[in-house]
Amino acid sequence: MEFKTPTSPHIHSGATVSRVMLLVMAATIPGIAVYVSYFGWGVVINILLALVTALACEAGILILRKRPVLPFLYDGSAVVTAVLLALALPPIAPWWIAVLGAAFAIIIAKQLYGGLGYNPFNPAMAGYVMLLVSFPIEMTRWQAPLANTEASLSFIDSWHIIFSGIQANITDAISMATPLDTLKTELRLDQSVEQIITGNPLFSNLAGLGWEWINIAFLIGGLFLIYKRIISWHIPVAVLATVAILSGVFYLIDADTFSSPMIHLLSGATMLGAFFIATDPVSATTSNPARIIYGVGIGVFIYVIRTWGGYPDAVAFSVLLMNMVAPTIDYYVKPRVFGHKQ
Amino acid sequence: MSDTRKIINDGLWTNNPALVQILGLCPLLAVSSTVINALGLGLATTLTLVSSNLTVSLIRNQIRPEIRIPVFVLIIAAIVTAIELSMNAFFHELYLILGIFIPLIVTNCVIIARAEAFASKNGPMASTLDGLMMGIGFTAVLIVLGGLRELIGQGTLFANAHLMFGELGRSMTITVIEDYRGFLLAVLPPGAFMLLGFMIAIKNVIDAKRKRVAKVVVIATPATA
Repeated sequence: MEFKTPTSPHIHSGATVSRVMLLVMAATIPGIAVYVSYFGWGVVINILLALVTALACEAGILILRKRPVLPFLYDGSAVVTAVLLALALPPIAPWWIAVLGAAFAIIIAKQLYGGLGYNPFNPAMAGYVMLLVSFPIEMTRWQAPLANTEASLSFIDSWHIIFSGIQANITDAISMATPLDTLKTELRLDQSVEQIITGNPLFSNLAGLGWEWINIAFLIGGLFLIYKRIISWHIPVAVLATVAILSGVFYLIDADTFSSPMIHLLSGATMLGAFFIATDPVSATTSNPARIIYGVGIGVFIYVIRTWGGYPDAVAFSVLLMNMVAPTIDYYVKPRVFGHKQ
Repeated sequence: MSDTRKIINDGLWTNNPALVQILGLCPLLAVSSTVINALGLGLATTLTLVSSNLTVSLIRNQIRPEIRIPVFVLIIAAIVTAIELSMNAFFHELYLILGIFIPLIVTNCVIIARAEAFASKNGPMASTLDGLMMGIGFTAVLIVLGGLRELIGQGTLFANAHLMFGELGRSMTITVIEDYRGFLLAVLPPGAFMLLGFMIAIKNVIDAKRKRVAKVVVIATPATA
C-alpha cells in the first residue's frame, strides 16, 4: 500500500499529543471539582498517587527499553491514564491501591505492549479491572456522600484514611455502598426500584446523590472536548443513546425491576466512560461508522452487565470487551477510499 | 557422551517444553497455583513421559508408520490411567485437588510430541533420558511458576505440603508475609499467563546475554592465538 502525500504547502493543524492530553485534562477539571465537593479530598490524593507512580513507571520502563524518556513523559498520555484510573477508585481506598493500579496500567497494559499507540486495551481500565478482581473488599468500600455523614472530611482527614494502616474503624463510619450497588443488592431481595429509592438518603431526585452532578460535570467536560474537536461525537453519543434506549425500553416494560434511564445515565461512571474512557484514540475504533458500532457495543454491555451481571457498574468491563473486538470492527467496517468504488 | 549432554541440555533449557516449545500450557496454567500442586502434577507428567518414551522407543520398529499416532495415544492413555489409579490410592487428597488434570495428562501435547519427535526415532536409553529431562524441565518451570503464584497470591510457600509428604509436611509450610491480604490476580488464570510470560522473557534475556558473551569469545580467540 502506498500513501501519496498531496503537494505542498501543508499547514500543521497544531494538534500534538501533548496538546490533546492537556485539553483532556482541562476537561476533567469540572468533574473533579464536583467530586471533591461531594466526596472530600480523597480523589485528589488518589490522583497524585497515581500520577507519581505512573510517571515513575513510565520513565523506568522507557529507560529499560532504551527509549527517549523525556519526550514520552511530556506527551501526557501517562498523566491522562493516571487521572482516569484515580477517578475510578473509591476515595477512601488505601494508598497502595492507586499505586498498584497505576503501575499495572503503565507497565503491563501499556509499555509491555509497546508503549503509546500500541496498547490494545485502555491502560486505565485494565488497571482498574485488575484491582477490582484482585481486591474486591477495598474496591467496593465506597464513601458516603459528605452530605449524608456527620463527619466532614478535611484534606488531612482524607490523607490519614488513605495512608494509615488501621482504617477499618474510621471508614466503617463513613463508608457506604454506591447507589448502583444498593440498587443491585436490594433488587435481588425483591424490592421494587421505587421502594429502594424513596426515602433512601443515597438517592436524590435525579439519580444517586452527588453522582448526578459529577456525571453532569463530566458531560460538560466531554461536550467541551467535542467542541474543541479533540474527540468526535460518534462514540459518546452511541454509548449514551444505547444505554438510554435500552434502559428506557425495559423501564417501560417493568418499572419495578428496571431502573429509569435517568439513573443509568447519571450514575456510576457513565459520563466519564462515554466521553473520556471509551474515546481513547489508541484502543478505540478509527473510522466513524466503526466508532458508532463500537459505542453501541459498549452501551449494550454497560446495560447488560449492570442489570443482569455480577458487578454493579460495568463501564470498565464494557470498554475492555469492546477494545478486544475493535481491530475486527475496523477490519470489516472500512470507509470507502476516495476514488474507489464501494 | 556429547549426545547425552545435548539431550540433558535440551530438556532442561534450550528446548524446555514449557518455556521454548510452549507445550502443555493447559495443565501448566491451571494447576500451578501452589508449589505442591505444581510438584504433584510435574512428577506425574515426568513419570508419564519417561514410561511412554521408553515404551514407544522399544516398539518403534514393530508398528507401521500409518497407525503410529493412535498407538502412541493408546500407550500414553494406559500409562496415565495407571498413574491416576495409583495417585488415587496413595495421594488421595492431592488427587482430589488436581482432579481432572491427572487424566488430562493424556492430552498434554508434550508427551505425544516427545513420543513422535524423539522416542520414535531413537533407542530406549536415549529416549528414557529425553523423557526424564523433558519432564524435569517441565516440572521445574511448573514449580517456579507455582512458587511465584503462591507467594504473590497468598504469601505462603509449600502450603498443604502434607498432601504429599504426610504429617511431616505440615511443618514445611512457610508463611513468608504475615497478615497478607492476598493478591487474587496471581491465583487466577490471568496471573498465571502473565507470570509465565515474564519467565519466558527472562529466559530470552539470559539467552541473548549468553550469545553476546559467546560472540565476544569467538571474535577474541584468533587474536589471542
